[in-house]
Amino acid sequence: MNYPVSLFAIGLLAGLPFIASADNLTAAYSEDGRYFTDDDVPTYNIAEDGTVDWLTFSGFRRYHAECHVCHGPDGEGSSYAPALKNSAVDMDYYDFVDVVTNGREKVSASEQSVMPGFGENPNVMCYLDDIYVYLKAHGSEAIPRGRPPKKEAKSDVIREDEDACMG
Amino acid sequence: MRKLSLLTSGIAVCVAGMAFANDDLVSQMDNPKQWAIQTGDYKNQRYSQLDQINADNVGDLQVAWTFSTGVLRGHEGSPLVIGDMMYVHTPFPNIVYALDLANDGKIVWKYEPKQDPDVIPVMCCDTVNRGVAYAEGKIFLHQADTKVVALDAKTGDVAWEAQNGDPAIGETNTATVLPVKDKIIVGISGGEFGVRGSVTAYDMNSGEQVWRAYSMGPDSDILVDPENTTHLGKPVGADSGTNTWEGDQWKIGGGTTWGWYSADLDENLMYYGTGNPSTWNPAQRPGDNRWSMTVMARDIDTGVAKWFYQMTPHDEWDYDGINEMILTEQEIDGTERKLLTHFDRNGLGYTMDRVTGELLVAEKFDPVVNWTTGVDMDPNSETYGRPAVVAQYSTEQNGEDVNSTGICPAALGTKDQQPAAYSPKTQLMYVPTNHVCMDYEPFRVSYTAGQPYVGATLAMYPAPGSHGGMGNFIAWDNTDGSIKWSLPEQFSVWSGALATAGDVVFYGTLEGYLKAVHAETGEELYKFKTPSGIIGNVMTYEQGGKQYIGILSGVGGWAGIGLAAGLTNPNDGLGAVGGYAALSDYTALGGQLTVFALPN
Repeated sequence: MNYPVSLFAIGLLAGLPFIASADNLTAAYSEDGRYFTDDDVPTYNIAEDGTVDWLTFSGFRRYHAECHVCHGPDGEGSSYAPALKNSAVDMDYYDFVDVVTNGREKVSASEQSVMPGFGENPNVMCYLDDIYVYLKAHGSEAIPRGRPPKKEAKSDVIREDEDACMG
Repeated sequence: MRKLSLLTSGIAVCVAGMAFANDDLVSQMDNPKQWAIQTGDYKNQRYSQLDQINADNVGDLQVAWTFSTGVLRGHEGSPLVIGDMMYVHTPFPNIVYALDLANDGKIVWKYEPKQDPDVIPVMCCDTVNRGVAYAEGKIFLHQADTKVVALDAKTGDVAWEAQNGDPAIGETNTATVLPVKDKIIVGISGGEFGVRGSVTAYDMNSGEQVWRAYSMGPDSDILVDPENTTHLGKPVGADSGTNTWEGDQWKIGGGTTWGWYSADLDENLMYYGTGNPSTWNPAQRPGDNRWSMTVMARDIDTGVAKWFYQMTPHDEWDYDGINEMILTEQEIDGTERKLLTHFDRNGLGYTMDRVTGELLVAEKFDPVVNWTTGVDMDPNSETYGRPAVVAQYSTEQNGEDVNSTGICPAALGTKDQQPAAYSPKTQLMYVPTNHVCMDYEPFRVSYTAGQPYVGATLAMYPAPGSHGGMGNFIAWDNTDGSIKWSLPEQFSVWSGALATAGDVVFYGTLEGYLKAVHAETGEELYKFKTPSGIIGNVMTYEQGGKQYIGILSGVGGWAGIGLAAGLTNPNDGLGAVGGYAALSDYTALGGQLTVFALPN
């Protein structure tokens, strides 16, 4: 799973349609420093020298402020909550967004698992794609655990969108 | 009448203190065959006079009986034993069982509160609960959703209920309560949700609120007497709870109160510590942020503060000050003094005069602590009592969006809530500790009621250049601030210790071991692996002429979240990533009480 970069290059070169159905990971195009799959789902981009796109780095930071107190460091899961690095790969993007926004409950005799809805929380909602992209990058083993050492610069558009969202 | 005399005469305070003490609980605590309060006694010494199990025979210890709680979450605190009855609590949904020890542990009653599961996700770091309390024939439970419930100890019937906080704005509870005199004194959690911390006293018989003291805010909220409440011997003055904050930040200022409480009936004072100021981004809250991170001594009857000591002004690392205050009477420089000893998250062990609030000792109880060079101990200095912050490790000075690396200890502290024990025989404190450091990057966050309000990214890893483990179990001399011995542990020690007159000290480990070590030397005398990791506190009792040791297993809490997958050190380079032990390789979820005894 360590070749999103080369796939990206091939995709640009040939524009082959089968790339789109291959996975929900591979970057097909970029826009103002954000990367997307052929299905227009946000995704990561890791350069050969390990430089990560801004959203992946930003997602690392936001994840470790908002999510890791329940889901453990690096999305690896904990005694309390599941490993989100897998959820981001296994779940459809829109389902992932729905669960983060609205929460979900699994409460039974043997399980008391409650995910809160973060729909009202700008610290999460303004960075939802960042967190998703970061978790997908780690869950697909495109990046190892820990803080990404090198990152792309934050684009002006990302900065403007962030300011507008955070108010 | 009673309040008048208490306020007007110091002598009356002493007399009244004796006369109106909760005589029932005091006598229950004085009986070493019982474990009548979570903290062992009002002094939080966690010391038992029982010596049937001792350093010579503890190696023969066996499991006597076990009990499954039916809940698979982090199990903190311990059971109580009053007479023939044992009271066992669980994490959310906070079930309480009364077991008949004279009848093979038969369940006499079970109480299961109905709580909205929406409280679960606002409990930062697992749905733990540190146990029930007993007084005057009642069991007191402080539920996750902050409802305080008094139950008939014989039947489990509800005597009264009081709602202490509002989970919708992130107010929750994990702590036990302090039953003292005619009051039940309770705290609150939610420092990572912008909750303003408070301590509240309820009438033990009716559940009516008697007083509430906030950690920050106007003088009428924080219950100070500006002229007579002191900080290091000087009056705090007017508006001390707002004048070190910018704007209205104090209203979401943190300083929550989720630790252990102690009490000195002769002084009529109760003692506790306040938590971190919120947010974790120090740039968003300029000033000392009083009275977060503070040791507090308050009048039991009125809540009015006698003295404060702020350990970590303007916190930059999440070093909550909530850990227990252990009360002792010991000699310092040839003079017998009434002492208070506190092992803070910030890595400093403090010894104070608990009557006056004078600071006597402040020393590192883990040599790797590096964010400070130490506390200014000169009463004539401008910075008396303040820790000198090392610029390299200052997340404030390095600024927002800068990753400060190599800070020791990590945010979970050199010690978290897991309580230490004190043996009057050895005059040593036995302290479960964390040996973990961190990188910390603060950034701007916005506040939404009931949502996490953190504002920093952290990476934690075992203390570099040490034994590679994440914990130590140490013996500490609180009169001079020195480590007597230190036992390395693979994981943080997250279990409360027990010291006994049998010269044995007990503690649990995150892998699930119950360990017994020699009180003088630390030599390991016994260990047994229980079904799940231990974050509970060791207790002891006697039943039918036999001494028992009890411990709750059930991994979880902060330790279960942070250590489940193992830690990595981003500064080690890629080769070392994943090189540290993962708790999930040693233990899994559980919920069990294991009781030990010597063979017949």
